[in-house]
Amino acid sequence: MTAQTPSVPLAFQTGTGGILLWVVLPYVCLAVFVLGHVWRYRYDKFGWTTRSSQLYERRLLRIGSPLFHFGILVVLLGHIGGLVIPESWTDAAGISEDVYHVAAVVLGTIAGVATVGGLVILVFRRRTVGPVFSATTRNDKAMYVSLTLTIGLGLAATVAANIAGGGYDYRQTVSPWFRSIFLLQPDPDLMTGVPVLFQLHALSAMLLFAFWPFTRLVHMLTAPLGYLTRPYVVYRSRDTRLGARAPRRGWERTGV
Amino acid sequence: MRVMAQMAMVMNLDKCIGCHTCSVTCKQAWTNRTGVEYVWFNNVETRPGQGHPRRYEDQATWKGGWELNRRGRLALKAGGRFKKLIEIFSNPVLPTLDDYYEPWTYDYETLTNAPLQEHTPVARPKSLISGKDMKITWSANWDDDLGGSAATSERDVLLNQVSEKIRLEFEQTFMFYLPRICEHCLNPSCAASCPSGAIYKRSEDGIVLVDQDRCRGWRMCVTGCPYKKVYFNHRTGKAEKCTFCFPRVEVGLPTVCSETCVGRLRYIGLVLYDADRVLEAAATPDETGLYEAQRQVFLDPHDPRVAAHAEQAGIPWDWIEAARRSPVYALINTYKVALPLHPEYRTLPMVWYIPPLSPVVDAVRGTGRDAEDHGTLFAAVDALRIPVDYLAQLFTAGDPAPVDAVLRRLAAMRSYMRDINLGRAPDAAIPEAVGMGEEQMYDMYRLLALAKYDERYVIPPAHAEQAHELEESVTECSLDYEGGPGMGGSGPFGETSGGAAPIAVENYRALRDRQTSDAPAAPTDKATRVNLLNWDGKGKPPGLFPPAEDGAEDGYRDGAADGGRGGGRGGDKGGAS
Ligand code: SF4
Ligand code: SF4
Repeated sequence: MTAQTPSVPLAFQTGTGGILLWVVLPYVCLAVFVLGHVWRYRYDKFGWTTRSSQLYERRLLRIGSPLFHFGILVVLLGHIGGLVIPESWTDAAGISEDVYHVAAVVLGTIAGVATVGGLVILVFRRRTVGPVFSATTRNDKAMYVSLTLTIGLGLAATVAANIAGGGYDYRQTVSPWFRSIFLLQPDPDLMTGVPVLFQLHALSAMLLFAFWPFTRLVHMLTAPLGYLTRPYVVYRSRDTRLGARAPRRGWERTGV
Repeated sequence: MRVMAQMAMVMNLDKCIGCHTCSVTCKQAWTNRTGVEYVWFNNVETRPGQGHPRRYEDQATWKGGWELNRRGRLALKAGGRFKKLIEIFSNPVLPTLDDYYEPWTYDYETLTNAPLQEHTPVARPKSLISGKDMKITWSANWDDDLGGSAATSERDVLLNQVSEKIRLEFEQTFMFYLPRICEHCLNPSCAASCPSGAIYKRSEDGIVLVDQDRCRGWRMCVTGCPYKKVYFNHRTGKAEKCTFCFPRVEVGLPTVCSETCVGRLRYIGLVLYDADRVLEAAATPDETGLYEAQRQVFLDPHDPRVAAHAEQAGIPWDWIEAARRSPVYALINTYKVALPLHPEYRTLPMVWYIPPLSPVVDAVRGTGRDAEDHGTLFAAVDALRIPVDYLAQLFTAGDPAPVDAVLRRLAAMRSYMRDINLGRAPDAAIPEAVGMGEEQMYDMYRLLALAKYDERYVIPPAHAEQAHELEESVTECSLDYEGGPGMGGSGPFGETSGGAAPIAVENYRALRDRQTSDAPAAPTDKATRVNLLNWDGKGKPPGLFPPAEDGAEDGYRDGAADGGRGGGRGGDKGGAS
């Protein structure tokens, strides 16, 4: 990353396909993710909800939902650790690649099993409990497919790399590529030699993030952490805005 | 002292005939939509009975409201902030639809579509949740009028707390109705339970509302409310609750449930209270002390010091005036006949109840004695422990003394007024026996028995008068509410996603003008547009009917002469055009 080749020769090295997949697509997905959320928040605050189905069914949800959610939170932390923190930092902190790898595999396996187990229970519940199924929209189904695919590919990549291949250090390739996107110096070369399952996982994840703002997954972005610090009872003044819509320009109230 | 104003309600249970009109009109106004079929912002329970949802009073199971922790501080019974966030993925104590009931409709189509057959076709119940045939086993008032109570009465939470003997005898002993809405508590545990902070208490009038745009469907409020008056809309994924009909109250109209109450037993008015003392009162160590503690939080609006503080706090003068005329304050603090529902939940509820004397009167009458005589009634209040203990479980955390005192006052009023109504000399000893003056007793009688609309509902309008003129011009289409003709059904992200729907389908101010004027009125002061939604049969708005022909002064006679054409006009009360 230090000696950046100018962006034009890149095309020769990785091919147009590589640029499309590892430069254009990530930025498009990122833009859709961010702008999509902004747009959704402005246009559809009312639709911004978990759409919980606990009212219909409690027993399966009680096991599946915490399993999945806590699992995926650990997975998220793991991804942050693996993708965002450069290997040189952990080296500097005295954590060798072997130690890191073992820790990641152990933690990742537990979290992965919990996530997939939870997901299986939740999907089973969604399909078999009548009311839950009839409350499932097409959008939900697409989201479930995309989510399951991403998780499945991620798990497959890890399993394949660790069991069949004896470990793959994605922190040499995928992670720098991931960071290069955010450093605005995209380096598609890094991704070309990556095992295909990792590539597919990254691609499906990008597509999932592009789809994210338009699904019920938006609830993640409003995780209510403010609850820990706010006063218990919220007082609010009667809306000064009357009627359900913002007044048209030129019709705003004066005074008050 | 930090003065705040609270819109509050008192219901006189003696007058409730259990007709459910309030529930039905409320439902038509607020929850007549998909996703909230099982929701009753207002429901009327027969007591003894289980209520809606079933056994909601069993806080050992449902964990609603507040409790005192070991250090004597207030804590949410279902667990504090951290526990809530940990449990957010699956709320462990959320009632399911089974605890409410599975809503249904009937398959009416078969009645008209069925082919000719030997047996009459029947309309089968169809679940509104799964769309399948279902067997109806419960509803919001399944045990209405003690129906089936032989099988279910042992599940009344309060009966389990009073003695065995009562449980066996209650059916012969008493029954009454308990209409319930959200209590708009001073210390709302629903709001405290909401992780998103979407539930708020309005600082002007204390109405507790769910901000539909900020609710994320975490469902903790449903658990938090001990009265189970927050409901989860299973289609939109948002919590909904009684709104105290705020669009009506803001223009000075009573809530729909009060407006339509057949027994005219509801009173609405303002109460001023000291916000600084709320938490202290809610943390009263002894549960039976909560009733008195809450009463101490209320401020006397006649006290000039209170008025001065209220003015400092920005409460408008007409609101302070209204607080002085408030029937709610009078019933709670002057006559001391109203009691809070389940004060032991420590939310400081603001819908209070005058407990029913009728179980006592009925019992006395059943023995053949004079049920209007105060001596007999007093003795009966003392002797009839069963209803008194049960009422105490409801209203005073089990302490019979305040219930006794209220019932004695009501009994005294009954016999005192009988003398007056029969033209006999009123007996000053009767009010005295319950610590009241003659005049005060008469005033109480007036308020309980005779009070007219504007005495029962003392509701100062919100200070936004000029804005309501604007509202009409900025609301784009009054038919854009859900299910309305202007609405396209589901949005792209699930039920009713997309822009918010306006609350006011019609202009409430116009409604109030019409209801308070005696003349059958079509609005004359503005360009009228015919709106069948708010045409109430009074008058004949221009443009609603085809213009009458010249000389047709009397539509009815005209109609008699010409049956075909006059049919439509006959219904028009013969109004001249
Ligand atoms: S009664 Fe109403 S204000 Fe009180 S806790 Fe329940 S929902 Fe909240
Ligand atoms: S309308 Fe009035 S009388 Fe009828 S059930 Fe409701 S509160 Fe009781």
